[in-house]
Amino acid sequence: MRESRLNGLLFFLGLLLLWELAAQAGLMNPLIVPPLSRILRVFSELVWSGQIPLQVLTSMKRAAAGYVMAAIVFIPLGILMGLSQSVYRLLEVIVEMLRPVPPPVMIPVAMLFFGLEDEMKIFVIFFSCAWPILLNTLDGARNVDRVLLNTARTFGLSQWKIIWKVILPACSPQIVTGLKVSLPIMLILVVISEMVGSTDGIGYFILDSQRRFRVAQMYAGMFTLAILGYTLNQLFNFLYKLLMPWHVGLLRVKDGS
Amino acid sequence: MPLLEVQNLSKTYRQMGGETTVAIREISCKIQRGEFVSFVGPSGCGKTTLLMSIAGLIAPSSGRVMVHGKEVTGPPPNLVLVFQDFNKSLFAWRSVLGNVRFGLEARGNHSRQAEGKARSLIDLVGLNGFENHYPWELSGGMQQRVAIARALAYEPEVLLMDEPFGSLDALTRLELEDTVLKLWEELSTTILFITHDIEEAIYLSDRILLLSQRPSQIVEELPIDFARPRNQVVTRAEARFMEIRNRIYQRIRNEGAPL
Amino acid sequence: MGWLAFSFLLLIWELGSRLNPALQPYLPPVSRILSTLGEVVLSGQIVSHLMITLSRFLQGYLLAASMAVILGTVLGYFRLAHSLFEAVIEFLRPMPSVAIIPVAVLLLGIGDAMIVAVTVYASLWPVLINTIDGVRHIERTLIDTGRTFGLNRRKILWQVVLPAAAPYIVTGLRISLSIALILVTTAEMVAGSKGLGFFILDEERSMNSSNMYAGVILVAVLGYLLNRLFLLCEAWAMNWRRGMLARESI
Repeated sequence: MRESRLNGLLFFLGLLLLWELAAQAGLMNPLIVPPLSRILRVFSELVWSGQIPLQVLTSMKRAAAGYVMAAIVFIPLGILMGLSQSVYRLLEVIVEMLRPVPPPVMIPVAMLFFGLEDEMKIFVIFFSCAWPILLNTLDGARNVDRVLLNTARTFGLSQWKIIWKVILPACSPQIVTGLKVSLPIMLILVVISEMVGSTDGIGYFILDSQRRFRVAQMYAGMFTLAILGYTLNQLFNFLYKLLMPWHVGLLRVKDGS
Repeated sequence: MPLLEVQNLSKTYRQMGGETTVAIREISCKIQRGEFVSFVGPSGCGKTTLLMSIAGLIAPSSGRVMVHGKEVTGPPPNLVLVFQDFNKSLFAWRSVLGNVRFGLEARGNHSRQAEGKARSLIDLVGLNGFENHYPWELSGGMQQRVAIARALAYEPEVLLMDEPFGSLDALTRLELEDTVLKLWEELSTTILFITHDIEEAIYLSDRILLLSQRPSQIVEELPIDFARPRNQVVTRAEARFMEIRNRIYQRIRNEGAPL
Repeated sequence: MGWLAFSFLLLIWELGSRLNPALQPYLPPVSRILSTLGEVVLSGQIVSHLMITLSRFLQGYLLAASMAVILGTVLGYFRLAHSLFEAVIEFLRPMPSVAIIPVAVLLLGIGDAMIVAVTVYASLWPVLINTIDGVRHIERTLIDTGRTFGLNRRKILWQVVLPAAAPYIVTGLRISLSIALILVTTAEMVAGSKGLGFFILDEERSMNSSNMYAGVILVAVLGYLLNRLFLLCEAWAMNWRRGMLARESI
């Protein structure tokens, strides 16, 4: 298997080399596809000058705010809806009505209320991350094993304690799934909201670079986004393994059987 | 000329670390048309490797398999293998009828009569009424019957069966043993059967070939000549049945390995 | 009961908006939004935008789906191809597809071609990844079954591999459905002059909030209908799964 990974890596590097050579030989329009070397140079310049880190930070501030708010609001809501049939039936229609709205479409709505401020993006991210988090949490809470609940009750735990000590840990895998799925959504929406209505942030940066025909800069921005996406994913996995090691083992056993 | 001949078949597996495992070494045997032959051996002894090599699904490291005097280099057209893991072998997207028809389609028979033939085979294995069910709706024993019917729809000269009843409960196993015998007698197919169940092998076969622990070789050949048709009560009650069974059991135990 | 809660919410909205004129530019009364919706639909004004968005969506989605299934099958079936492209895929995956919009504008300007191209790029990924996954993880026994019945490689691909991978492929297709709609509307907002995405943004800029909300409702309805249509097709094509899934969900 290692050999195949090497093959893939070599092939990939080969493509990059081809790009560079083709660009240098003038086979590609530098206004559309500049040489890879120039892109990398511009990228490092922008990183060192602090431009890119600044934009990334700006975007991440908004993204994190929306993401965390969505988690704070919708995890408890999901648990509530999963445990209580009446709450579920009460809110079911509202949720089903709001779900089919493609998140980007909420951007103009948010702009109406918040203009081009940070709140607009935070709201959009909040709205978009809501559904995966809510639905996964709901599913997890609903499917908590009856046996587990009854075990907790035999020990005479109060309702509140049951939720905190049994239900929450039991559906934490599902909650984590919801949070994990929301992560790329968060990233996508912060980029979109910045492209449509912003004056800073990495999304705006990429679009602005294109408009000013600073093409190498544009690609540098896209490269930054790829790295960002990858890093966020790795960070998430790392925290997950750190905070929930018992689940990692459980999954491995399940897969084995 | 024997229908099928195995000549000095050997198979060595190479693992990732560079180690090699010799699964079977220099196995030779001749199978005549119409025989019911069982291979019995301790677990992990390479029975499956042997059968897969005969079926042309695995290439031998040395030696060869001859069918009708021609060397096997890929799955031979008049031979079919029934796998132990029936739920990984049946096509989940086809009904029982669809699965059995697959055997006919593989033979090139897409005609109208194909459906009739498929239905009669389904009846033969005792699944009348379940034609439109999907595999997941059936019990393990029923699923294996579908697999057998599908294999028979292919009209093979030789049917290879790799521990087909291994994952089924004891009662279902007895039922299916009789089903296989009935099919064998009605269709005059040649059957090569692998099992770890000694008594099952004695009950079913004309001949038993005993395999040793890895690297497997044939250590003994036992002709089984109980009267046919065999009967679960009568045949198994014969004194000689237990004698043979004990003999085989002892032989395998001396190999020092679990069955 | 959920309908009760929903209607109650709408009622609060209606009353809150009517009683508070300052709120109306941002949150017009529900009744006004609905009547506006009726107007713009009947006047055909919004229908042309809808049709444009729908046509771009269909082009992008269907093109992406067919390309991705073919490519995914090849990459999943042939180990060599997969190992070659593995690194490329792993590198491109983490980048949000929307980032491709500026490049597309650069290459194709503003207009249908750009929007469809962006949609194709984004919709490719879920189908591609799921197809590769489904084809790669086919049981060895299933393939051996095909072989023992004398099937050649091509027949095994069509009669065994693809049906077995179908559930995975369908999952990818379902995910791509929402992605495609998202990308079309986004591209229309960022750099379009027609289509529902553009319409919604444009109405917002002109402070015609009723029109804007009408557009939002329309997009939501479109998304909902497309989803239901997909589920119908899925049920029809994969009725052999229905029972299995029903049992699993109990």
